[in-house]
Amino acid sequence: MMISELSLAGARDALRRRTLSATELTRHFLGAIEALNPQLNAFITVTPELALAQAATADAALARGAHGPLTGIPLAIKDLFCTQGVRTTAGSRILAPFIPPYESTVSANLLRDGAIFLGKANMDEFAMGSSNATSAFGPVVNPWTGKGDNRQLVPGGSSGGSAAAVAARMALGATATDTGGSIRQPASFCGISGIKPTYGRCSRWGVVAFASSLDQAGPIAGNVEDCAILLGSMAGHDPKDATSAIVAVPDFAAACRRGVRGLRIGVPREYRSDDMPPEIETMWQQGLGWLRDAGATIVDVSLPHTKYGLATYYIVAPAEASSNLARYDGVRFGARSPGADLIELYENTRADGFGAEVQRRIMIGTYVLSAGYYDAYYIRAQKIRSLILKDFTDVFANVDALVTPTAPSAAFALGERMDDPIKMYFNDVFTVPANMAGIPGMSVPAGLDASGLPLGLQVLGKPFDEETVFAVAQAIEDAAGFVARPSIRAEG
Amino acid sequence: MSLDPAAVRRIAKLSRIRVDDADLAQLAGELNSILGWIEQLNEVNIDGVAPLTGAMAMAQALRADVVDDGGYPDRILANAPDRAGNFFAVPKVVE
Repeated sequence: MMISELSLAGARDALRRRTLSATELTRHFLGAIEALNPQLNAFITVTPELALAQAATADAALARGAHGPLTGIPLAIKDLFCTQGVRTTAGSRILAPFIPPYESTVSANLLRDGAIFLGKANMDEFAMGSSNATSAFGPVVNPWTGKGDNRQLVPGGSSGGSAAAVAARMALGATATDTGGSIRQPASFCGISGIKPTYGRCSRWGVVAFASSLDQAGPIAGNVEDCAILLGSMAGHDPKDATSAIVAVPDFAAACRRGVRGLRIGVPREYRSDDMPPEIETMWQQGLGWLRDAGATIVDVSLPHTKYGLATYYIVAPAEASSNLARYDGVRFGARSPGADLIELYENTRADGFGAEVQRRIMIGTYVLSAGYYDAYYIRAQKIRSLILKDFTDVFANVDALVTPTAPSAAFALGERMDDPIKMYFNDVFTVPANMAGIPGMSVPAGLDASGLPLGLQVLGKPFDEETVFAVAQAIEDAAGFVARPSIRAEG
Repeated sequence: MSLDPAAVRRIAKLSRIRVDDADLAQLAGELNSILGWIEQLNEVNIDGVAPLTGAMAMAQALRADVVDDGGYPDRILANAPDRAGNFFAVPKVVE
């Protein structure tokens, strides 16, 4: 059996049939990480002993026939999820020495269901970035390369390690988080699938906070159904997160097979821009054609405040980040730089511990919340956020889902767009509005650009209607027949 | 509205981040380009719009006001850069 050809669902079935053991599967992925991680840097920390111990437990459970939904499935965990006894860095020097004494609820749910953790996936520092270049542990390399172009490409961000690990077959799936596009944009850049569920669907407890009103955990995996299986385990109400929703977790995997016949799919005209590469427009039209062929009705809709989404985001997110990151002061946990007095200790710790982008965002956030500027920036942004939400509420009265490109470009070269933060922010222009409104969004690979790099389509749905999102994404996946592979990929 | 180096110095102070004098001008330029770009929001009519503070309309979660966790100082202090007994230690604050 070629393990590197198995989907997560396929591996799960092979484990249950006992044609494959969890130990064999885990050894395979640990071997793939050993072989490829020096090139790709997708993992900050690898935990082989722990993974093999979990695999032995999984094999014992499978032998007894007492398996859970994910028993024996090896995963990568974004290094933003606290893992008890395993270093959790958030991609930052300031958390380099941090070993959590507790497990995040999402990762605990995965362990409860039998998953195996291979290690902690690299990411932009505190999830702030769209290229994985802000990680204190070095950039992640996208396993894809352009035709006739040997430049190394970015995997997207912030969940770049999670996406690269899944695309290169170093894990069957990964946890990720999405504050402005950090699941969907890297999934698009790496030719795989990822879903940001509705705000409140997954507990944020134990996930290092960036912008609490926007942060949401979700899975990245090789296909739509695998994402549905993982989300089914990750989701659920958690009394430890006051914003976690008391909503039943449906059978997401079953929803993938619903089909799209009779659904009304909206196409927001504001997502079309003159400088969008023609291949993305072509892929978008092709995707809408597939859905029409499968029985959906395509409807033009308008989300008039779309163009203000990014600028609104860059007030709300830094404001919340400046507050959340105040806790990194060198006193209770994390790195400390000495100072003559307490204030100097704080200032030195934060200057040495945070990278340039994180410092910039903390300062922007501090400024927009400061006396005299709060109304002009922060309150104004919150009001525009209301208008963005209203745009979505209005269109969802008439359509079941929206389909747009995930990102305005394919993966770009490492080191590009680093000189201009705003240019980097534009990566998230199509993904940010879903975070502002709290609605679910999924990226699914739909085609290749002229240089053979993957492009994703984004499916947006109503709050707590991930089932329709999965059904639409599955229909796109079925029609796309996306079989292209990255140049760096584990074998065997 | 444009930030001068003195304003950036104040923001850095409020942010509790050490910024060297030599870096103030460049940082002012970076922050100004972001704030300048954000100015586009001034063209949106927000009359009568209520601010949205969170993504999902949900009732405030309440629970009984009882201690339901804790009692493990060693776990709490395990990551402390410096400790004195069961306390976090910092440089002397009061003379």
